[in-house]
Amino acid sequence: MPLAHIFFDHISTTPLDPRVLEAMMPYLTEWYGNPSSHIHDQGQRAVQAVDAARAEVARFVNANPQEIVFTSGSTEANNLAIKGAAAACAKKGKHLVVSEVEHFSVLNALPPLRNRGYEVTTLSADSDGKVDPDDVRRAIRPDTVLVSVMHANAEIGTIEPIGEIGRITREREVLFHTDATASAGHIPLDVREAGADLVTLSAHNFYGPKGTGALVVREGVRLDSQIDGGFQEMGFRAGTENVPGIAGMGKAAAIASSEMGEWASHLRRLEKRLRDGIASSVTHLHFTGHPTDRLPGHVSFWVEYAEGESLLLFLSVHGVMAASGSACSSNLKGRDEEDLVASHVLRAIGVPSDICTGSITFSMGKGNTEQEVDHVLSVLPGIVRRLWEMSPTYLDYQKKILQGG
Amino acid sequence: MASGPYSAKVMDHFMNPRNVGEIEDASGVGEVGNPACGDMMRLYLKVEGGRIVDAKFRTFGCGAAIASSSMLTEMIKGKTVEEARAITNRHVADALDGLPAVKIHCSVMAEEAVKSALDDYARKNPA
Repeated sequence: MPLAHIFFDHISTTPLDPRVLEAMMPYLTEWYGNPSSHIHDQGQRAVQAVDAARAEVARFVNANPQEIVFTSGSTEANNLAIKGAAAACAKKGKHLVVSEVEHFSVLNALPPLRNRGYEVTTLSADSDGKVDPDDVRRAIRPDTVLVSVMHANAEIGTIEPIGEIGRITREREVLFHTDATASAGHIPLDVREAGADLVTLSAHNFYGPKGTGALVVREGVRLDSQIDGGFQEMGFRAGTENVPGIAGMGKAAAIASSEMGEWASHLRRLEKRLRDGIASSVTHLHFTGHPTDRLPGHVSFWVEYAEGESLLLFLSVHGVMAASGSACSSNLKGRDEEDLVASHVLRAIGVPSDICTGSITFSMGKGNTEQEVDHVLSVLPGIVRRLWEMSPTYLDYQKKILQGG
Repeated sequence: MASGPYSAKVMDHFMNPRNVGEIEDASGVGEVGNPACGDMMRLYLKVEGGRIVDAKFRTFGCGAAIASSSMLTEMIKGKTVEEARAITNRHVADALDGLPAVKIHCSVMAEEAVKSALDDYARKNPA
């Protein structure tokens, strides 16, 4: 059994805050009503819970409550934003602009649109993973209806210049969608300041429950609903509301609104300790993402001559849970070997393909401690050395050095 | 200890790989895979009297690749050249109590490595 149990994979999900669970419990037990059936007490309680959560989530991102559309999570919210806006604006045009470092729930929403005659311009990111707002400006055409650039990238931690992009899309009267799954609850997000018309949020990425997210839809923005059914969520999203999940998201948003600053300063300290420690103890190491404009508590890198999944597996044996953009590890449940492709984000920032398999993402959360960072620092150099000792490429490198090459 | 998607046998060979290293005066060396594809294996064989008396490897790759390499060296030591040639990826995967579907190529790499090393041996020792 591992001696430690260190969760450094908060970018994949976060633990539920006990206060959030407490806020959800009444709607999992005593108050099970359906907000659409609200003449009686049970239904009224459900309506009140959803309304209160809507107000909290709105306050969290500086939107109006009627601009919050609850969904099953950020994949659904991204699909609704991209496909819904494309369909609703088809009369104006059929051109979309997205960055190449977006999540799959944005990128994979595009092929069905392409099949229906839409054109997509994909923006490159620089070697830090940043999108250049001037590229956005140049990509916008008279028939452009939507620009989608994420707020922050989960894999490499880079924060995108969404404020500048929002100013450009405003000026050019094009809708701007930003996927804030990785950032919301970790860095401040003001949808008005960002100039964003559509913003994706995911509750389980900021200590809320899985299965609940939201799309912020700015007043006046038209979207075609992607799920046919009843008239829930102002007609944007049919289906009985996940009342406990929504109540939990509201509570998580309220907690994050008041505590995010504290979490961030704690996480910046841990990040510096981990980053400095790794930099001074592991050679042939390359950090990925922007050095300063990055998510707090996020440290990502790759190591030459060491494969990513092996690193993760050794870390896991030492009780350290992290993520990899590794071809091998991220797609272990894939159907076949074709699914073993190197991370599109790492390729986008120019990491050589023979290295793409070696990346590690440590993403810390509010509950992590300096002792945990020190444990990771105590095991990582030994793990890297062991893998090097097994690696033919490292052996060749060393022989070259010995021969004075 | 089984871990994540892997059997206890895979984890044992990953954590404690057998026969890591190189053989200075190897009778045959095989190299397969490519770091660009995420894995690469180099296999060294010492053959005496038509029998593999020693085998060592170095592998860059995932847990399944390292475990397959380690298991393969254990399986071929003591075997004749002909017996070693008959080893398939299936034998390696089975000996590891199975591999996840997407990791079968790692056992294929082990099979190809032994064939490549034996080809090298055959070239250096024409009949």
